[in-house]
Amino acid sequence: MLTSLTIAEARDGLISKQFSAGELTAACLAEIEAASALNAFIVTTADTARAAAVSSDERRGRDAGAAAARALEGIPLGVKDLFCTKGVSSTACSHILDGFVPDYESHVTERLWANGAIMLGKLNMDEFAMGSSNETSYHGVVRNPWRGADGVDLVPGGSSGGSAAAVAGGLVLAATASDTGGSIRQPASFTGTVGLKPTYGRCSRWGMIAFASSLDQAGVITRDVRDAAIMLGVIAGHDPRDSTSTTHAVPDYEAAIDDFAGSLKGIRIGIPREYRVDNMPTDLEALWEQGAVWLRAAGAEIVDISLPHTRYALPTYYIIAPAEASSNLARYDGVRYGLRASGGDLIDAYERTRSEGFGDEVHRRVMIGTYVLSAGYYDAYYLKALKVRRLIAQDFEDAYQRCDFILTPTTPSAAFPLGAQGDDPIAMYLNDIFTVPVNLAGLPAISVPTGYDHNGLPLALQLIGTAFDEARLLGVAQILEIAAGVCARPTPWWKN
Amino acid sequence: MSIDDMTVRHIARLARIQVDDVAVSALAHDMSRILDFIAELNALDTRDVLPMTGAIDIELAMREDVVTDGGYPDVILGNAPMRLPSRDDDYFAVPKVIE
Repeated sequence: MLTSLTIAEARDGLISKQFSAGELTAACLAEIEAASALNAFIVTTADTARAAAVSSDERRGRDAGAAAARALEGIPLGVKDLFCTKGVSSTACSHILDGFVPDYESHVTERLWANGAIMLGKLNMDEFAMGSSNETSYHGVVRNPWRGADGVDLVPGGSSGGSAAAVAGGLVLAATASDTGGSIRQPASFTGTVGLKPTYGRCSRWGMIAFASSLDQAGVITRDVRDAAIMLGVIAGHDPRDSTSTTHAVPDYEAAIDDFAGSLKGIRIGIPREYRVDNMPTDLEALWEQGAVWLRAAGAEIVDISLPHTRYALPTYYIIAPAEASSNLARYDGVRYGLRASGGDLIDAYERTRSEGFGDEVHRRVMIGTYVLSAGYYDAYYLKALKVRRLIAQDFEDAYQRCDFILTPTTPSAAFPLGAQGDDPIAMYLNDIFTVPVNLAGLPAISVPTGYDHNGLPLALQLIGTAFDEARLLGVAQILEIAAGVCARPTPWWKN
Repeated sequence: MSIDDMTVRHIARLARIQVDDVAVSALAHDMSRILDFIAELNALDTRDVLPMTGAIDIELAMREDVVTDGGYPDVILGNAPMRLPSRDDDYFAVPKVIE
């Protein structure tokens, strides 16, 4: 099936004229139409996608060499609703941005279209990326293409739940995503897909709807590691419109992943002892050990390391992220765009708009953020968290004196049923226990599907690299991917 | 740490979020849970630690202080939920603030 191809396979098929971009796009649109039960897409841009595919085929017809040089020529993709797309509704799945149609394009998506990619539509997500199950979206839950043993509906993870479900369910070849505390890697882990969160500053945040600006980073969810390398090569790079986007050179990531040529000789892989949490499922613990065995077999040296402040990462994150969110979300006042509730005076209009426009989880986080930044509490909470953040980042620096990469599970469990963690915000936050420290330290990390639990649900391992070393990180990830040899696909129950 | 209803109402006002009695008690409960969770940081001595304000070491980019954008009020106002009735006025409309 065309829609189950990787980007690399589709690229080869387009170049050798086995099929056209028009056929590939039509196949994806048909899959999207048949998958309304997944609720992965909130907007489908079918007409513009078909037109873009015609243009792509024409460009290739005129100059096949130039088309082949564009990394994503004719490749249909999905875009997380967090990215602003010119002329297409962009709401971060929040009621408060109802009807907002930006007149500008995010840097990341601009790069995709400039390199020939075709947009299929906008993907569901947790409201303002605040969630780990895609259950906080104003547009409703996304169903994981993978189902539990008894046919029970599972969450796809979050916040990039629509992106992960669309890639896993064969609706798109790949999707953009964003990661503030695990929002790329956790849903990738829950859906058997690859999720890459680049180093902070590697991709421009211009045109991404902000959640926590010192943590937010654009990235991708793909079918395999090679596709993540192809996508990163397109979206990475400096953009003067984001003052934290760096001028580091963008290497040819796809070429770089083959540099290891299957051998990790001289590479040291650290196993952090603090990640051996209580109640870790035995399937996951065994898979983690197996991952180390695979990498050792490829020539790596496995070393025990310590990240002593790991237990403080989630509390630190749940001060810093809400603090930044409360500041970022102050812009939603009902005056300039989006929802406006009618009120008495101006303050009343603000308060009603923000009460109706934000969902419960956003209310909680804006309230906590406002609290920790308010007079009398700033030093005790916010300043304290900034200090602990340095200790957590320092842990990684110390660890990297003894190893080159760090191997951990991505999530503490496989995907859970819809509603299973609905009542307790803290239980939901614990999903990100292995991913949050990476965001605090600004490091790159990738989730690689490496196995299944006893119910046949995907499990994944996370590789963490050093800043701006995505090229080697992807290389090690591909060795892990090949050793694991995971290739099962979910049964398409949603087509019934 | 437990947060009382009065504090919730005060914070909600600062955050410009309207809360009814049901929302206040739910938020008081959830915020107390979350503050208990983050109180774990108090166990750490951070007296000699410098706060970390960014994810990576990067020098703030400088540029010439010149106008690089703008001049399209219709685009800016295109998403406004309410505009002044006169087409000549490029303004957002808000409820009356002066009696």
